[in-house]
Amino acid sequence: MSGDPVLEIKNLNVDYGLGDQAVHAVRDVNLTLHRGEVLGLAGESGSGKSTLAYGLTRLLAPPGVISGGEVIYHPENGEPYDVLSLDDNGLRKFRWAETAIVFQGAMNSLNPVHKISTQLTDVLQAHEPKMTAHSRNARAREMLKLVGISPDRMDAYPHQLSGGMRQRVMIGMALILQPQVVIMDEPTTALDVVMQRQILGQLIELRERLGFSVIFITHDLSLLVEFSNRIAIMYGGRIVEEAQATSLYRDSLHPYSAGLLSSFPALRGPRRELSGIPGSPPDLKGMPTGCSFHPRCPKVFDPCADNIPVLGNPDTPDGSTRTVACWLHPVKQPVG
Amino acid sequence: MTIPTSSVEQVIPGQGAMAQPETAKPAKAKRKRFRFVSNAKAATGLIVLGIYILFAIIGPWVAPYDPDARSSALTAPPSADHWFGTTHLGQDVFSQVLVGTRGVMLVGLAAGVIATVFSVLIGVTAGYLSGGWDESLSALSNVFLVIPALPLIIIVTAAVPGGGDVLVALIIGLTSWAWGARILRAQTLSLRRRDYVEASRANGEKTWRIILFEILPNLTAIIASGFVGTVIFAVTSEITLAFIGIGTVSEWNWGTILFWAQSQQALAQHAWWWFVPAGLAIAFLGTALSLINFGIDEFVSPRLRSAGKTKVKTASGHTVRMRVGFTPVLSNSSAPHTHARPIPTINTAAATPVNRGSKEATQ
Repeated sequence: MSGDPVLEIKNLNVDYGLGDQAVHAVRDVNLTLHRGEVLGLAGESGSGKSTLAYGLTRLLAPPGVISGGEVIYHPENGEPYDVLSLDDNGLRKFRWAETAIVFQGAMNSLNPVHKISTQLTDVLQAHEPKMTAHSRNARAREMLKLVGISPDRMDAYPHQLSGGMRQRVMIGMALILQPQVVIMDEPTTALDVVMQRQILGQLIELRERLGFSVIFITHDLSLLVEFSNRIAIMYGGRIVEEAQATSLYRDSLHPYSAGLLSSFPALRGPRRELSGIPGSPPDLKGMPTGCSFHPRCPKVFDPCADNIPVLGNPDTPDGSTRTVACWLHPVKQPVG
Repeated sequence: MTIPTSSVEQVIPGQGAMAQPETAKPAKAKRKRFRFVSNAKAATGLIVLGIYILFAIIGPWVAPYDPDARSSALTAPPSADHWFGTTHLGQDVFSQVLVGTRGVMLVGLAAGVIATVFSVLIGVTAGYLSGGWDESLSALSNVFLVIPALPLIIIVTAAVPGGGDVLVALIIGLTSWAWGARILRAQTLSLRRRDYVEASRANGEKTWRIILFEILPNLTAIIASGFVGTVIFAVTSEITLAFIGIGTVSEWNWGTILFWAQSQQALAQHAWWWFVPAGLAIAFLGTALSLINFGIDEFVSPRLRSAGKTKVKTASGHTVRMRVGFTPVLSNSSAPHTHARPIPTINTAAATPVNRGSKEATQ
């Protein structure tokens, strides 16, 4: 699944605060999203997953600032451009139409006093003013059908829908302008596992039909292994490993990924003890020197404490398709 | 599946996240103390208000002339002798403004304090205690809400001779708390259902403690803006009273100056110096109070406060305000911030990884 790139993140740095008070929440992240793929972004709380997603869409609340980097967006037809250098108007046009985002706990984002139909057609009115009321309604119905809600719920108010249905309405709303990239920030965390599966299955189906790309943020790695094409693991604001979902699951190279993978049980295969990762995530204000994972790493050795490992292709047979930042796996070709 | 705590400690001997950062803390604590003043709006407002209060105290002593004393310079424009010019009787306008400051500030601040105390007491109590208390206190504020303050003041000051500033402050304070009480009641109603308030109630905290420590700090911005609003209202009421000639015309305040300027047709005589200084004094006082109000708003909201500086210089050279949805981009260079050092050649085969595996260590 490696088509053309649709979103290229180059050395993105995000800070909270300014000057010497700044906390570097995302550091030198390089990531490429290809057309039509589902890219999973996993890591513990505070590892910078959400900050990365909000940073690349420039949605961070103050005191968040982007202190460097580029986010190159490749529209379907047209020249690629840097999202970070767009002005306010350009940004408004870019959002939703090109990149949509489904937030954490999005089901509470619906306005309780307006009908679903009003909230679905509202964005069409803003972005495609030439559309008639009739065709707006038709599109909204179609969207509801796509996400598996009967179109006769168009006139329902949010309180008349269940949590899962509201979440699906939000996903439908995100897709209504047919964006190329959809960013999902833990969209199913508040739902039960059955509903999670249903919604994600639907999302994958929709992606195959509409051809958008997804950046899926979660701390639930088992979910990602099942649904995504590629997975990037974040730790302390950096990407520490990035690989195809299957190869990451079968043999992860970074000890942190291995720790994440061994913290949930496999359905099949031999029984093994779950170990988890001892310690707690690093404080972004006082990051350890060298590799930020080294205080918790079970395989720490000489260079880890002093040298920051570079993300790059490792020296393994499938090394050209994956990257890792770990001294255990000497890098042949650094990224970025 | 659970990790024994002993193994956690063994794996990270004092170098976990908990033990790490002890950097940059003293500097931060130092900044905290003067943070309110470091806000430009609040600082400006406080300085101006401070000047007003200073003149309210020392005004009558530093005034160059007796405000009542007549001189031969009739309706004279500003000069070295009379900085703000003179009135039709040759009285010094500058001295009148200085002497008048005390009455205005006294009435404004006293009425503001009285109204704020009443609105907090009645509003928060009504909001927190539901049922009969709420009903009766709400009814009380509704009654006070429809009492027209200005006509009442006119009647009372006319009926009580020699009441002076204290009486005016008292009446303004006692009639203008109702709006604040209603707003505070509404906000308290919403706050008392929040989880942290419910939790402290479930913990058996005393009612007064819940109100003082859980609810009141959340109301600071509303209380402060209510206070500032009442002070402005009281000042304008006091000036209005003097302007329309109610109360003691012999006691100087800015309204008295305007009263005489109006009655002697200063505008028709082109004697702008007669009414402009008093008008500007009112305007600047209002501005200073509003600035303090903005400052308080930013100070009590932790979200606004944590930002510290809200303006940043972006990559394109513009200075922009930080706001939600348009994160500023400080630099557009795609050069990595942490420069990859020359990769040290590591012989992974020869290096023996230090085994810190938790299971082996504990077993």
